[in-house]
Amino acid sequence: MRDAARGGARIETAQFIGELTVLVLAIFLGFEVISKVPTMLHTPLMSGTNAIHGIVIVGAIVVAGQSDADTFTRIVGFLAVALATANVVGGFVVTDRMLEMFKGREAPVRGRGPGGGARGNREVPPASST
Amino acid sequence: MGANLSNFLYLVTIVTFILALRFLSSPRRARLGNWLGAGGMALAIVVTLSREGLEGYGLIALAMVIGAVVGAVGARRVKMTAMPQMVALFNGVGGGAAALIALAEFHNLAPEPGRIGGDETVAILLSALIGSVSFAGSMVAFAKLQDLVSGRPIVYPGQKVGNSLLLGIAVVLGLAILFGPQEQWLLGLVLVGALLFGVLFVLPIGGADMPVVISLLNAFTGLAAAATGFVLHLNVLIVSGMLVGASGTLLTILMGRAMNRSITNVLFGAFGQVVAGPAADAADGRSVRSTTAEDVAVMLAYARRVVFVPGYGLAVAQAQHDVRALAELLEERGVEVKYGIHPVAGRMPGHMNVLLAEANVPYDQLYEMERINPELPQTDVAVILGANDVVNPAARSDPGSPIYGMPIIEVDKAATVVVVKRSMSPGFAGIDNPLFYDEKTAMLFADAKNALEGLIASIKEV
Repeated sequence: MRDAARGGARIETAQFIGELTVLVLAIFLGFEVISKVPTMLHTPLMSGTNAIHGIVIVGAIVVAGQSDADTFTRIVGFLAVALATANVVGGFVVTDRMLEMFKGREAPVRGRGPGGGARGNREVPPASST
Repeated sequence: MGANLSNFLYLVTIVTFILALRFLSSPRRARLGNWLGAGGMALAIVVTLSREGLEGYGLIALAMVIGAVVGAVGARRVKMTAMPQMVALFNGVGGGAAALIALAEFHNLAPEPGRIGGDETVAILLSALIGSVSFAGSMVAFAKLQDLVSGRPIVYPGQKVGNSLLLGIAVVLGLAILFGPQEQWLLGLVLVGALLFGVLFVLPIGGADMPVVISLLNAFTGLAAAATGFVLHLNVLIVSGMLVGASGTLLTILMGRAMNRSITNVLFGAFGQVVAGPAADAADGRSVRSTTAEDVAVMLAYARRVVFVPGYGLAVAQAQHDVRALAELLEERGVEVKYGIHPVAGRMPGHMNVLLAEANVPYDQLYEMERINPELPQTDVAVILGANDVVNPAARSDPGSPIYGMPIIEVDKAATVVVVKRSMSPGFAGIDNPLFYDEKTAMLFADAKNALEGLIASIKEV
């Protein structure tokens, strides 16, 4: 497939254009989806996308496990797999820890007047500040 | 597993990643989204492992076990205040992995002339270049945030020229590989050059600008991953990498806007390096009013509206829980309590929201800068907890200040200001703050945690 003959070259160009299409669409999709994330969740967003780029683990496994790999490739591939796995596992675990804290606190908010500090889960004595 | 089936399953992975990002639009479903993304990732790994003709399972398994243990232990142990450096670290290893993949693939294919096409060579070079810059840059960012290296900008003469030259050399070497001999030592030089550039590129950037740097490096690793996708012809890498690239870019732009500075200024401005002189002069002849916890407690207890402005100092002192306890005491007395959160408070975009969420502060009390500023003129007491630059009125009034034009939380509009601070030392950016010398400002010199504990004890006695 990788020979320099003209037919092979044409197939490769077609493949490249296909990949480029996917790339450009992904950029627009990315901007679209990310712009809907509120500021409050920007740290989990960063950590979540951090986990997602751990997808390089796929590439790392492919390279490390090639049948025609020599020792150098195996060692470099081994390192790549280890780094990428740390990226994946660490990324998702950290994000989960963060999001866990954001969970389940919307329910108690009810019946707040503009000046009141009362939250539903706790009785607050009538305002008697002085 | 056949190629068609595995490509289809990779598509499923892509969909889970997109959903994971979509679900982040509300805190309610965000955690579910993260689990979905993790599931998609697990699927992609299984699919890859069952690829036809894959060998070397023993080594791969060993590497995965090591990586997983390191990642999981690191992620479980890290404190929420140290989150930015952890993200920087994981980001760096991802970039490093991308660079290593490029290196291995080039080594494997280069000896046979003509095996690597032009687009693949470009992809290999980009993956190696961007991945290495991301790896080295993230490691320096980590070291800076972890205080292993000074957080202040590190500058030397000829820095910009030197850095540009270095990057130029790496690019020229890359072009040499593209058009000339596909020699491995050339790629080695590119890698070394890119690593060096990554270090030198982040060193001059001050700690206060780290949110911008981390999100930029995040985008870099995404781009490196996408480039790897072009090398190995894997769409799943291209799409996932670009999603991250787009996200990092957008966040970087947002951060720049929140500081009213262009990205180039953040990256090449060596922010905060020139202010030592004027700051020393400015302190002369002006006095600071120091106060005690008892006085502040009385002030707060009889106030009607109080706004807390937390900064990184609060996080460092681990005082998120104390501020919530204080806020609840005040609310029981009928005081209205709100939190004003600056977009760059903390060391990451949105970092302060995470820290306060950890302390169970309800969302509806957290006000973004644009929402809290109109309320400050009607506020009786604004309490600054370990924040500095984000409340510095010089950003509004002093065109000579390095942060001039940066949107701030306008606490000086409140009736009284209490600044809780350990000492008179300037903030991370190293800029003097005229707010401290304002006559309606009282300084409570203490560690945020001690100050808050003192306030809680005193308010109980009022």
